[in-house]
Amino acid sequence: MKKVYPGIEDALADVQDGMSVMIGGFGGSGAPIELIHSLVNRYRETGSPGNLTVINNNAGNGAIGIAAMIYAGMVKKMVCSFPRSSDPKAFTDKYLAGEIELELVPQGTLAERIRAGGAGIPAFYTPTSYGTLVAEGKPIAEFDGRKYVQERWLKADVAIIKADIADTKGNLTFNKAARNFSPLMAMAAKLTIVQARKVVPASGIDPEHVVTPGIFVDRVVEVSDPKQEEVLLREGVKA
Amino acid sequence: MTTKLSNAQIAWRAAQDIPDGAYVNLGIGFPEMVAKFKPDGREVIYHTENGVLDFGEAPAEGEEDWDLINAGKKAVTLNPGASFFHHADSFAMVRGGHLDVAILGAYEVAENGDLANWSTGPGSVPAVGGAMDLVHGAKRVCVITDHVTKKGTPKLVKKCSLPLTGVGCVTTVYTSLAVIDIVDGRFVLREKLPTVSIEELQAVTGAELVIDGPVVDLIVPEV
Repeated sequence: MKKVYPGIEDALADVQDGMSVMIGGFGGSGAPIELIHSLVNRYRETGSPGNLTVINNNAGNGAIGIAAMIYAGMVKKMVCSFPRSSDPKAFTDKYLAGEIELELVPQGTLAERIRAGGAGIPAFYTPTSYGTLVAEGKPIAEFDGRKYVQERWLKADVAIIKADIADTKGNLTFNKAARNFSPLMAMAAKLTIVQARKVVPASGIDPEHVVTPGIFVDRVVEVSDPKQEEVLLREGVKA
Repeated sequence: MTTKLSNAQIAWRAAQDIPDGAYVNLGIGFPEMVAKFKPDGREVIYHTENGVLDFGEAPAEGEEDWDLINAGKKAVTLNPGASFFHHADSFAMVRGGHLDVAILGAYEVAENGDLANWSTGPGSVPAVGGAMDLVHGAKRVCVITDHVTKKGTPKLVKKCSLPLTGVGCVTTVYTSLAVIDIVDGRFVLREKLPTVSIEELQAVTGAELVIDGPVVDLIVPEV
């Protein structure tokens, strides 16, 4: 078993055209900036991987991270709950021009769909969105006198996420609120690729402290001193 | 003479009804102001959708850790006893009925408790975030809002005209003029500004205001 990759490009080599890609993070918190920009750079140089469906809570901010992917033209569709940010121009312009698709999913439903995808639950019922536009076309059922909307699981070809510490078996910890969607996405993708601030030997993380068990993680690459999206935005960094 | 409450005063009034020990989610924007007016001596634990319980005030400028933010993507601090969790657990807290109070803004509230607060209709980029989840599960779902729109039309209506966030979900509305509970599909008037008559209040409300019990003067300090 060899999960630790020496370089980002190698770890990402199997991300290809037309894939669905879950990207961890909530705004800048937990965004795997180095993994994202490695994909952007490869797309600019080779035209691949393009035509991607990107799953994240948001749809990019400013011109870095997911916004850089959108500007580069590699994103066909966004699946998210809140495609707005302090600077949503990248997504907004393309959306209003009809150049990018949007599947809008309520935030808790998005999380639960991803969890269900990782847990082998093809569908579930939630009170969220009952009676709203978001529920149109979805099966409705009544349980104990209340109406619920059926939602389907959400899986992906790849998840790219940012962890704080990873051990060589793929066990992960996260920094503060940066875990957000990442533990769920790690479960729901066929191939989960992690950038970790530090990679330690097995036994380097107390089993009591593991947040994401290594069974959900395929590849780990160390990115010490990772960039933080919000910090970059505030420094005015452009893509 | 007070003709209507300021946003800060509406937030103050809503804060007075949050009980000691409550787990509370405050919506992004105006509802976040409620935290400023927590009565002394009460402990309130704030939940944020992105995965923190018991966050505190904003850090001093320059002290931010941008991995430690709230749902509005603002930097926060932690209170003693805080915890982190992933998004599925966060929304289990929401939908599972574990929150005591959720406070949200509104474009429209209907007398049956329907809420419209996420979309002003076609022509813009739709964005819903956690609003459709938050209106289900909290024991009390409160709205804070001006009583009327900027154009002066009622925000409390018989039936919402804008896309719904949730059906029959709102329990209490704190407005710039009144406090109104939603009971059995009707607006029940609990408090109103002493300077506004019931007739005047009814004239700017889009559905019947029901009087069922005493109507108390809505007295709010300058804040």
